[in-house]
Amino acid sequence: MKVLVAKPGLDGHDRGAKVVVQALRDAGVEVLYTGLKRTPDEIVHEAVQEDVDVIGLSILSGAHLLLARRVLDGLRAQGAGDITVVVGGIIPPRDVAELQQLGVRHVFPMGTPLDDIVKAFKESL
Amino acid sequence: MRDARLHAGIPIKPVYGPEDLAGIDADGDIGRPGEYPFTRGIHKHMYRDRLWTMRQYIGFGTPAETNARFKYLMAHGQDALNVAFDLPTQLGLDSDDPRAEGEVGRVGMAIDTLADMEEAFAGIPLDRVSVSLTINSMAAPITAMFFAVAEQQGAARDRVVTTPQNDILKEFVARGTWVYPVEPSLRLVGDLIEYSATHYPRSNPVSVCGYHIREAGCTTAQEMAYGLAIAAAYVDMMVRRGMDVDDFAPRVSFNFTCWGKIFEEVAKFRAGRRLYARMLRERFGAKNPKSCMFRSLIGGGGSSFVPEEPENNIVRGAYIALAAALSGAQTMALPTYDEAYTIPSAKAQLIALRTMQICAEESGATDTVDPLAGSYYVEAITAAMEQKIVEEMAEVDRMGGIVEAVKTGAIQAEVARQAYLFEQKLASGEIPKVGVNCYVGDRRAAADQDVELYSFDPKVAAAQVAKLAKIRRERDSGAVDASLARLRDAARGSENLLPAIMDAVRAYATLGEIARAMKDAFGEHKEPVKFA
Repeated sequence: MKVLVAKPGLDGHDRGAKVVVQALRDAGVEVLYTGLKRTPDEIVHEAVQEDVDVIGLSILSGAHLLLARRVLDGLRAQGAGDITVVVGGIIPPRDVAELQQLGVRHVFPMGTPLDDIVKAFKESL
Repeated sequence: MRDARLHAGIPIKPVYGPEDLAGIDADGDIGRPGEYPFTRGIHKHMYRDRLWTMRQYIGFGTPAETNARFKYLMAHGQDALNVAFDLPTQLGLDSDDPRAEGEVGRVGMAIDTLADMEEAFAGIPLDRVSVSLTINSMAAPITAMFFAVAEQQGAARDRVVTTPQNDILKEFVARGTWVYPVEPSLRLVGDLIEYSATHYPRSNPVSVCGYHIREAGCTTAQEMAYGLAIAAAYVDMMVRRGMDVDDFAPRVSFNFTCWGKIFEEVAKFRAGRRLYARMLRERFGAKNPKSCMFRSLIGGGGSSFVPEEPENNIVRGAYIALAAALSGAQTMALPTYDEAYTIPSAKAQLIALRTMQICAEESGATDTVDPLAGSYYVEAITAAMEQKIVEEMAEVDRMGGIVEAVKTGAIQAEVARQAYLFEQKLASGEIPKVGVNCYVGDRRAAADQDVELYSFDPKVAAAQVAKLAKIRRERDSGAVDASLARLRDAARGSENLLPAIMDAVRAYATLGEIARAMKDAFGEHKEPVKFA
């Protein structure tokens, strides 16, 4: 299993993303991290290039609906719609269902226990 | 007996007594308030003469919307402003830039040109209201716009008090709004410090932040150590540029966080003031006592607030306000109880402001200076924190100094490691959080929490883009091009860039155009991604 943790858009808060990277690594998962401010296209490209199974998007700026949609559309356009996408960050409750409708497998709002996140990644296969 | 520790890792004894004061010099180490080394506070009478400034962090949508929220809080007794900018503005992207899509006006107000700044401060007299600008890589152009508005209002330069954050080193460590590589970014910090010292003597051209580094995961002692290391890097840079330390150091200010673990925070600030004073006098040769004063905004740590039972965050905020008051804050801001969900509502902002006012007027914390001084416990952990901070600063030196540690990513990796450790301590219950890992009641679904969610209006972006298009059409494009060409040339040289930026701003060049002109000369930062 291979995971890409990504920071799309302009948001610079990377505490959560980096904590998840370390937790996945300790759980024995192969994990890549994009660094800040990647465009959805760059993330799709890296995911396809690296042949990852799951992309974890971390977004705290409020632009999660737009950015998740761009990544999902980009994956489908590349014939990589089988890559699972999960999203974490400051996600207001009303947006959780909408993200899931877009095709996001799991949503981890602020406060989700780390163990639950790692478990969800592992079960995403 | 249960184990107890400070977040900094220092073990806490069950009882402290006179023996714990051994080695602490009542005159040299603790001293008197308003006197070197300022352990007890930078003013003789502190809050008896003047309460801390109350400065909630505000900004969203268009400049007109932000202007209205400013006026709402001022009408309720807030006496200074703390401006939030949206991410495109913080990164030097215009509202019509494709990379700004979905972000315009979202986490702060959008600023494209001087016209936006004029609207944001319409009816707010800039010779009377002090304004903090949370802006870093774009501090020079945004502060230039602010100065230009002050000029238009006819404000006397020596009455304009603005505090651009202008702390780029912490952006590389945490928060992430960097644009240019480290060295040219530092040059811009220095240019603004130099320009302000000459033209706006009461402005505070840099606010050194430990806040965001702690929010990103480091410990209390690391927060202070990294903040002091960053301050030393700026002071050293200005001295190397040929300025006398006493010509700018009195206007260096700080922005640190505070959580609800009251005595540790108090000890952190008391130790930090002492260390900073000694560093300025002993290492940099400062003679003016004002150069040695650690003047700080103390902002409540938003990451200590949780989404579970969000109303409990109001209580956490009250303890934080008390801790900040006992720590000797010059300015205070609190997070809002709804922050884990949304952009703060007006109601949540007002509760935060009222929390500070209740602490100031009803708690008695402001009745005398540094009321915890002389406590066996507080003096002992102040000394222990001081030692720990010194050790953490030595660790930064081993990484090659703060600038090198930022370039290699070593400091970022350490902060991320600490964030992960903290998360594990939360999971194990070693760090208790009521309603999260202890006293967990019936978990209400997040959707059922009584939080008023901010509705982001997509029309904000359209309005901002339309306004920008109109300005592009109506301005003198020859003057804009000439000013940008001059800025590009200046950036390739070594002169202070503020005069060229001021000219571009006055010609209504956009922030994106100004940022690009500098990018042509400076290039872009490449983030070193590294884990411990």
